[in-house]
Amino acid sequence: MSSSLALTGLVGCGSQPENLLPYVHQPEEIVPGKPLYYATTLPFAGFAQGVLAECHMGRPTKIEGNPLHPASTQRVEEFEAPQRWGATTVHSQSAVLDLYDPDRSKSIQHRGRVGTWEPFLDWVQTKIDAYDGNGGKGFRILTRTFTSPSLTSKFQELLNRYPQAKWILYDPIGDDSIRQGAQLAFGERVDTIHHFDRAEVVVALDSDFLTTGPASVHDAHAFMTRRREGVESGAMNRLYSIETSSTPTGVVADHRLPLKPSQFETFVWALAQRVGVNIEPVDESGLDQEFLDRLVNDLKDHRGSSLFIAGSWTSARTHALVHAMNQVLGNVGKTVVYTEPVVPFEEDPSQSLAELVQEMNDGEVETLLVFDGNPNYDTPADLKFAEAYEKVPERIHYGLYHNETALRSHWHIPAAHPLESWGDARAYDGTASLSQPTIAPLYGGRTPQEVLAAFLKRPAHTPLQLVQDYWRTRLGEESDFTIQWNRALRDGVIPDTRSPSKEVSLRSLDLEPPKPNKDDSLEVVFRPDPSVWDGSLCNNGWLQELPKPITRLTWDNSAILGPDTASKQGLEMGDEVTLALHERTINAPVFILPGHPEGSVTLHLGYGRTRSGANGDGVGFNAYQLRTSTAPWTDAGLTLTPTGKHKDLATTQHHHRMEGREPLHLLTLAEYRDQKDEASEEEKLAAMYDPYEYPDEAWGMNIDLTKCIGCNACVVACQSENSIPVVGKEQVLAGREMHWIRIDSYFEEESPTPNAQFQPVTCMHCENAPCEVVCPVGATQHSHDGLNEMIYNRCIGTRYCSNNCPYKVRRFNFLQFSDADTESLKLQRNPDVTVRSRGVMEKCTYCIQRISEARIDARKENRPIRDGEIVTACQAACPTETIVFGDLNKKGSAVSRKAVQKENYQLLRELDTRPRTSYLARITNPKEGDAV
Amino acid sequence: MPQIFHQSANVLARFLIVSLVILIFTVSAVAVAYYRSSYSTKVGVTIDQPVPFSHQHHVQVLGVDCRFCHNSVETSKTASLPATEICMKCHSQLWTNANLLAPVRESFENNEPIHWNRVHKLPDFVFFNHSIHVSKGIGCSTCHGRVDRMPLMAKAESLHMQWCLQCHRNPEIFVRPKDQVFEMTYPLEPNPEQAGQQLVETNQIQTRGLTDCQTCHR
Repeated sequence: MSSSLALTGLVGCGSQPENLLPYVHQPEEIVPGKPLYYATTLPFAGFAQGVLAECHMGRPTKIEGNPLHPASTQRVEEFEAPQRWGATTVHSQSAVLDLYDPDRSKSIQHRGRVGTWEPFLDWVQTKIDAYDGNGGKGFRILTRTFTSPSLTSKFQELLNRYPQAKWILYDPIGDDSIRQGAQLAFGERVDTIHHFDRAEVVVALDSDFLTTGPASVHDAHAFMTRRREGVESGAMNRLYSIETSSTPTGVVADHRLPLKPSQFETFVWALAQRVGVNIEPVDESGLDQEFLDRLVNDLKDHRGSSLFIAGSWTSARTHALVHAMNQVLGNVGKTVVYTEPVVPFEEDPSQSLAELVQEMNDGEVETLLVFDGNPNYDTPADLKFAEAYEKVPERIHYGLYHNETALRSHWHIPAAHPLESWGDARAYDGTASLSQPTIAPLYGGRTPQEVLAAFLKRPAHTPLQLVQDYWRTRLGEESDFTIQWNRALRDGVIPDTRSPSKEVSLRSLDLEPPKPNKDDSLEVVFRPDPSVWDGSLCNNGWLQELPKPITRLTWDNSAILGPDTASKQGLEMGDEVTLALHERTINAPVFILPGHPEGSVTLHLGYGRTRSGANGDGVGFNAYQLRTSTAPWTDAGLTLTPTGKHKDLATTQHHHRMEGREPLHLLTLAEYRDQKDEASEEEKLAAMYDPYEYPDEAWGMNIDLTKCIGCNACVVACQSENSIPVVGKEQVLAGREMHWIRIDSYFEEESPTPNAQFQPVTCMHCENAPCEVVCPVGATQHSHDGLNEMIYNRCIGTRYCSNNCPYKVRRFNFLQFSDADTESLKLQRNPDVTVRSRGVMEKCTYCIQRISEARIDARKENRPIRDGEIVTACQAACPTETIVFGDLNKKGSAVSRKAVQKENYQLLRELDTRPRTSYLARITNPKEGDAV
Repeated sequence: MPQIFHQSANVLARFLIVSLVILIFTVSAVAVAYYRSSYSTKVGVTIDQPVPFSHQHHVQVLGVDCRFCHNSVETSKTASLPATEICMKCHSQLWTNANLLAPVRESFENNEPIHWNRVHKLPDFVFFNHSIHVSKGIGCSTCHGRVDRMPLMAKAESLHMQWCLQCHRNPEIFVRPKDQVFEMTYPLEPNPEQAGQQLVETNQIQTRGLTDCQTCHR
């Protein structure tokens, strides 16, 4: 045995010469082996997310939040060490993988041939010459939402110079109804800032404010901080969620009411009327009177401290009513503040998409510049954009990918990724921040400013200059510019750029009451996909494999419907149906979700791509094919016809009931007050041996289930930090997904409209770890500070450990999952973590590389490790500070404070595994005297 | 029932069994010998470099400190190789036309790094940190040998796990006073027991956990 092992070793360790390449001129800041963090901005859906990009020797590997940026968070948990990072969204976390995507567009293309920048500029020059004569007649620019101040000024310049040219804004997940709602209510454009930290009763009207939208991280943090403080102080806030689909915000809600869209409209109207908005009463039949009464009473008790928020996909009428209700209940100036709009341009775009398509069909559009978008894929089906596009004589596409639209364009210009570009953007509250390149453009992409500038004159300025040109006169004294610029770059925010608040007064509302769905036909709800959003992120493997909140579905979208609706049609999970709406049809598999509103079907947009790249093509179905420009978010008259086929849906959780075992402890606030201290009450489980002593640190984690919003940011953060591979749909179907942290969802047992609950589960680092005793080769061991260690080079892949793990958190590399061939993806990997290969078990390590780094730093300075010095990747990303990590032996550490709270419990404690990870029971605050 | 094998088969069987045992032992012994030999570990084998840089000349004759070139050894996991401009700090003044230094000048002119050949390669799955070792009193020469006597660089130790563990199990054997870490002439022999224990205390070496797997493997 030993000889054969030794001989294999000989064959394996051939000594190939390896080169070492030091710098020629070493950059001053770089210390090899130490990462650098650059504050930069990642725009998502146009709005800024402030981040810190972790760079190893010039390559960004990981995204953390910038605590100084308003769209991230300042931590409130008390630690000894200052906290360096803020929270992030799942999409900020995954942006670093997009950067290295091998399927990104790599060259300029002209009529299907590889081109270069110079001939493009020559061609643009002929256009400039022509437009200077005719004022830009026939020139149209189609953009998405953007907030970049420098880009906006370039746009203004362009439109001023070519008065005949027109700008069209189309965003498949736009916020048109927010704008229209403000118009209806106030007669002017205004943005709303929500102060969840001041609200005692929050009413989310089809709003997923906790995980969706440009302010989600900030809002979720403010909401949850107040909520958690309220548990002790007794002033816990209460969240009502009335929704037409199933969202994480509904999961967190104390009272959730699922309604189909037509009922929802009636509900909002009735609610507004009851709280005192001056509108006609509406026929309330069919509404849940009990719920409505309870809500209205609660609201009347909390005048000035309630908050209404509506989702960007609700109707303009709902938004107007929300403004009215906030006004009537005295919330304005307290929980709700109005500001000048963030999205630039004093006026709305000069044209709507429908008008553009009409012009294209009439031959009035000569040149169309598609500026970062994919209208051939994501425009409403009734407009038939793709057909009209063919009639435009000159079509230019600018974007990160050579997508469906680029394929039908004469010119395609590859975009630089935000992590490769100089740029700027505004956050939800107007705060501007700069983007700085963390790496030179991998594929020669161009920044938006460069492309737009090209249409004004032959560019002599670099991308940096183009951004600086705008800010030169706007960062205070011009003589101080370099100092101010460097300060803004370092901090990641430009001071004093927040939108000023705005006084608005409510107009008398002239609204049309909602029409009930008379023939009771099936309704449809379109939503952006929680992972791949509008489809532009379709090729991101991390997002594709990310289990969607609640359904835990990966690599697919589905027609989500409630159990009753499904059983009426005789449908089972995964049955394929033909969905028909206004004589357009698509085929989709059915997902039966308890708690989903009956009588309606949710379709997630963003799938069914044909030209997104190797990961995204042919995955799921394209729900845009049913969407119309007049009813982009909800519609009625859908019919379902089973095709008789069946599609396997790759979900990562197959059973959502607790079966009386209560892995997730659930308490109401009243129960929590009466609860005795669980820890002191429970008798110690008998042990055969004396307990092992941990004289040094005892690492532990605490997960507060009250705070978890199921946003998945931790899952992607972990994947990014620990170089966790993507396995693909077939392997997920075989139960072989590799995530080290998962978020289980459980449904309440006894309820006609059961709500879900979230529970993040990682390796528990048991003191009596069942996995350790069964490993025949000692590949999993216990460290002196209580970590359950996994030693990859010892592992021979018996999988005994995984079989003996009661928490099912160990992951096995059944195949060679980590990509060893694609060069660009290797740049993303964390150099402090081993890349695991086939046949090896792996699992959560409590981010051992971060522990090790902090331990070395502390020991070099001969001091103990400070509490909060080690922040695990999941903890850093979490918007609500659900996860806390630290030393259980250290008096006063955050994790030890939580471990003695009376609602603290350990998962499957009865097995006496003595897990180091413990949970705080989920506490909800339903209105007293009511059963939910 | 007649015998299947002739009686002489017993001899053959015994011979084969003994041979098999001998064979197993021999193969194992050869394998172990090979594994530990400098043919496999490359201990003492000099590696050709694009510039025949002599540590002996720079360290022993000129007295250049290790940290002049390996400047992140006290702060980072890697000691780091000097950037070309560090070479050029002196060699823009000294030996400016030496043929041996042509690759250095070319690198500086063309902004192309020098392709050094790696001498010390840790096995996979090992994460080594220079700064903690140096700060706790492990001298450069303890692992890298008498670099000041090496005209061309060669490995001085096998870097086998067994070799690492000698010290991780008993740090008192090789630990030095902190001011002797970069001193090439400090004796390489094991410390006397008492003095070693004293040094472990002075340097505040935390001995618990030094042999945890994830101290090095992760």
